[in-house]
Amino acid sequence: MLYREAGQFKTSYAADMAVFPIRQDRIALWLLLAFVFIGIPLLANFQIWPFGSEYLLRAILVPFLILSLAAIGLNILTGYCGQLSLGSGAFMAIGAYCAYKFGTGVNIPLFGLALSIPPLPVLPSILLGGLMAAIGGILFGIPSLRIKGLYLAVATLAAQFFFDWVFARVQWFTNYTSSGSVNAPQLEFFGLFVNTPIERYMLCLIFVVVFAMLAKNLVRGNLGRQWMAIRDMDIAAELIGIRPLYAKLMAFAISSFIIGVAGALWAFVYLGSWEPLAFSIDRSFQLLFMVIIGGLGSILGSFLGAAFILVLPILLDQVPHALGIPVSVETVSLLVFIVTGALICWLLIVEPHGFARLWATAKEKLRLWPYPY
Amino acid sequence: MRAPAASDIAAGEAILSVKNVSLAFGGVKAINDVSFDIKKGEIRAIIGPNGAGKTSMLNVINGFYHPQHGQITFKGRTRQAMRPYEAARGGIARTFQNVALFKGMSALDNIMAGRTLKMRRGFLWQMLRIGPALTEEIAHRRRVEEIIDFLEIQAIRKIQVARLPYGLQKRVELGRALAMEPDLLLLDEPMAGMNLEEKEDMSRFIIDVNDHYGTTIALIEHDMGVVMDLSDRVVVLDHGVKIADGTPDEVKSNQAVIDAYLGVAH
Repeated sequence: MLYREAGQFKTSYAADMAVFPIRQDRIALWLLLAFVFIGIPLLANFQIWPFGSEYLLRAILVPFLILSLAAIGLNILTGYCGQLSLGSGAFMAIGAYCAYKFGTGVNIPLFGLALSIPPLPVLPSILLGGLMAAIGGILFGIPSLRIKGLYLAVATLAAQFFFDWVFARVQWFTNYTSSGSVNAPQLEFFGLFVNTPIERYMLCLIFVVVFAMLAKNLVRGNLGRQWMAIRDMDIAAELIGIRPLYAKLMAFAISSFIIGVAGALWAFVYLGSWEPLAFSIDRSFQLLFMVIIGGLGSILGSFLGAAFILVLPILLDQVPHALGIPVSVETVSLLVFIVTGALICWLLIVEPHGFARLWATAKEKLRLWPYPY
Repeated sequence: MRAPAASDIAAGEAILSVKNVSLAFGGVKAINDVSFDIKKGEIRAIIGPNGAGKTSMLNVINGFYHPQHGQITFKGRTRQAMRPYEAARGGIARTFQNVALFKGMSALDNIMAGRTLKMRRGFLWQMLRIGPALTEEIAHRRRVEEIIDFLEIQAIRKIQVARLPYGLQKRVELGRALAMEPDLLLLDEPMAGMNLEEKEDMSRFIIDVNDHYGTTIALIEHDMGVVMDLSDRVVVLDHGVKIADGTPDEVKSNQAVIDAYLGVAH
């Protein structure tokens, strides 16, 4: 009975177009933002459970935030524009390795003429890494103008294998290290050093919140409508004056940019030092599952999907320990696979449109509660 | 060169003329040497039995099919083939026989999508959604709301179109075409599968669009009562050939038309 929009009248189109038109939603959002921006750092500072533990910040919240960002990127391409992609791991890798190159200085020998860029600070490196991923996305998005669906998925799979190979074999990208593994530069933003888990968490949080807001604005604007029009009925979209070339390549570029930035963060902030294996096809599938389970065509869904796919196995892993059941580690890790898989199947049967739709249905029910309709 | 605006053409002059157009798919001749014109401000019906080539004709006009022979002159510019995007840009809008809405979007978003060509702000502005981008979005929303009022679909504007009944979907689709503010509106069977009341509503909207906005309309329809009441002139196709062209009364009494519809005793 608390959750009603009764009495909240809109007097302008701007108010009607707000992301959260219901006042209670806005209050909840501000509370959530206050908690994640102020509450968690404070709790961590005073070592209050559970946020006092480094493990929670370093191994759960940081990867959750970064993968949410990547899932937002993929959701723009697959959820909003309807272009199935299996190359997200590759675009993350482009972001990571190019950010690394820009961070350590680029030197391209060109027939005696050497093009060299001095090492850049971390923030421009990360954004330039995203830009390189966007260019890669446009190149591998060109086939989407002629092919759709599974065939396009195979074309983006080619990107995945190609870049796996490039970063494993072309030693220029790894600055000729003997092991093939590279180390992230010292994280410094405008004179501030980012080292402790809570600092890393705040850094990722700022990136995610900013990009989520920009992405939400895009998908509810003209370009977002063009993407959804292409997804739902491409012939009719062209007949109302949407250029498929522009709309699709923009989707590839923006999606890959966000995924590239996420890749750079994954490498710099979460991993610290990494090998090409960090961005293998498994990563692409993981992101795709997040987007499907979270909800295609929903920014909120990207977060929910990332939470489900990433956090659930970790929680399941802890349950036997917490309950004091003596099970071997191997058994637990196998059980985690079985339970996670079963839960995914169950969820997709109950609600094929993912968590985002479940959430919307729940809100709809809550509005009417305690009446059935 | 700028395409001539529709206002450069006086009412009563041809806004679109089709000359000797032939279209074949392999050995099947869908349209065979058909010529006719559409005058500015009129309601022009294209009728004929099933398979006569009516929808193919619309597809030729808005650039979806490219005819092998013949010319199409629209607003003074002659061309044989063009992309659907260019047709939309030139001011041709259409609706489809089986509704082609964007199923995952709300009725409002569907109609807003029709404003794409009129929106100017780049993606960086849209991403920030401040200042000019927001002003533009609101200005177009206001135009779309006028269309929503006109079509009497206020109550369903936020509902996903896949959940709407067929009659309302047809209305939203008309709204999307109107949002383009076209010079020429092509309606492919706007009343197919509707009951009497819905047909009356739709007829009212078509006449109002023609009256209020001065939009030239070409429509395909099977309901002869509707065709004879609404249209100023009728062109009749049969097996891809034009068999009659004229006012509803002329067409009604034309022997070739009666034969095509009722069959001929052999």
